[in-house]
Amino acid sequence: MSTTSTDRGIVAPGDAIVQRQPVEVSRYRGFTRANHWLTAICAVVLLLTGFAFFHPSLYGLTALFGGGQTARWLHPIVGVVMALSFFGLFVQMWRLNLPRKEDGEWTRKLGDVMKGNEENLPELGKYNAGQKLMFWGMAGLLALLLLSGVAVWEEYFPNLVSIPVRRAALAVHAVSALLMLLLFVLHVYAAIWTRGTLRAMTRGTVTGGWAWRHHRKWLRALVARQDDRG
Amino acid sequence: MSSERAPQPLTAAANPPVQPLASNLLPGDVVKVSATANVPAPERQLTKVAKLIDVSKCIGCKACQTACVEWNDTHPEVESNVGVYENPHDLTPDMYTLMRFSEYENPDSGDLEWLIRKDGCMHCEDPGCLKACPAPGAIVQYSNGIVDFISENCIGCGYCVAGCPFDIPRISKTAHVAKKCTLCSDRVAVGQGPACAKACPTQAIVFGTKEDMITHAEGRIADLKSRGFDNAGLYDPQGVGGTHVMYVLHHADQPGLYADLPADPKISSTVEAWKGPAKTVGLVAAGVAIAGAALHGLFARANKVSEEEEREAQALVDGSDREGSP
Repeated sequence: MSTTSTDRGIVAPGDAIVQRQPVEVSRYRGFTRANHWLTAICAVVLLLTGFAFFHPSLYGLTALFGGGQTARWLHPIVGVVMALSFFGLFVQMWRLNLPRKEDGEWTRKLGDVMKGNEENLPELGKYNAGQKLMFWGMAGLLALLLLSGVAVWEEYFPNLVSIPVRRAALAVHAVSALLMLLLFVLHVYAAIWTRGTLRAMTRGTVTGGWAWRHHRKWLRALVARQDDRG
Repeated sequence: MSSERAPQPLTAAANPPVQPLASNLLPGDVVKVSATANVPAPERQLTKVAKLIDVSKCIGCKACQTACVEWNDTHPEVESNVGVYENPHDLTPDMYTLMRFSEYENPDSGDLEWLIRKDGCMHCEDPGCLKACPAPGAIVQYSNGIVDFISENCIGCGYCVAGCPFDIPRISKTAHVAKKCTLCSDRVAVGQGPACAKACPTQAIVFGTKEDMITHAEGRIADLKSRGFDNAGLYDPQGVGGTHVMYVLHHADQPGLYADLPADPKISSTVEAWKGPAKTVGLVAAGVAIAGAALHGLFARANKVSEEEEREAQALVDGSDREGSP
């Protein structure tokens, strides 16, 4: 079994055709799924606690956690857990999310993407350009949120930065959080709209047809790899 | 307790009424509430009050600090002497007011001047702390101008620290709430002036209606000018709408001499932007995105894998079997 240099950029360890009749493809192994769901739980807690402080009309969300004081201490701790958890995903996925030449064509044909006319789109590796943008967007925003969050963490870092920097950090944190929410909505929406996707993060597998339709180059690489294995 | 309401205090010098009186600072006297958009119009308008600190009369005895600690029952940590007169080293969650000592060599007179400023909450007419606060009801302003922290509603996030143009609020490490000078709202409520003003032996700190305090300051400024302090003046910064703690300064043209008192304090534009209309725009954008995604998800055609595609995939895998197997 060999992993050729060409498919390292489109295939992750653990990706394989696990069943032939009908075809079923493993997309996320157990570790990656657990890592993803830990990140997701953190994201939901952070969005709920954070948006309670974002706008007074949402302050009632703190009741879900037992009040404002609890939400206040919980938010940054979960934030650190999320940053660490996302780092785990980052290590596993960054190479697969590097731009490739087909990404340009995919982006130009965004209209076909939205209409679901995937027959007009180029064959793709494990991720399309939209997923890649989501990945780098979340990674970048999380870095900003982590840095600005630590700067305003009164409990443990009350004097880390000057007050003018602290004001800027609060503004950066709020803007980044809002953009993160928009990405989060898009992420969940795309996973649901593209039928057959959710099971990749629950059971870990997708159907052969799903892989053929959305990530044909990835499927071909897995088939070729299986042939190598003989 | 008598049902009779205490009178509004007009001075800290006079002895307070001795008979028990009901509080005269009522929930209905609140004019601004943190994280609360529509505060009901107050039932009455209290007379605006102010504390005036005449820096030129201060002897640095710290009786005000002691009175503050005693009245508020705080217990500032005993610290080490590090060679300066400030004690404690800074405002803390247990020290709401602090004498700050600055040495200034006056280039005009050649005199070494020892400038002593009693630091603490300025009770801004437009309070930055209140604007920054995310917790409804944690910071209020009464119609007499006093800005008060309501600890039951405070969550200890420290946003007020970023909002304040004077670097005043401190967050308690034990109670996890913000602390600062209350202008002795609990004393004012029952007809008494602030503890610091009451304790001041030189009456460098006086208290009364804001109008009276401005008049009193004018007399003091005229006196200082007659004695060669041409730039003596009142510190009542208009950038924050004026304050309910004011200073008489001998060098009102250079407030920075007094332990970096800001010359033109105002709520930072960053805080205004962060807490301004942009936030509502952001909230609407988030709402539209969520609603749009939900509606589109319900009504638009889903992106489905077809039978044909399943067959194609099957053929690909099967085909490779035939070609690839030994």
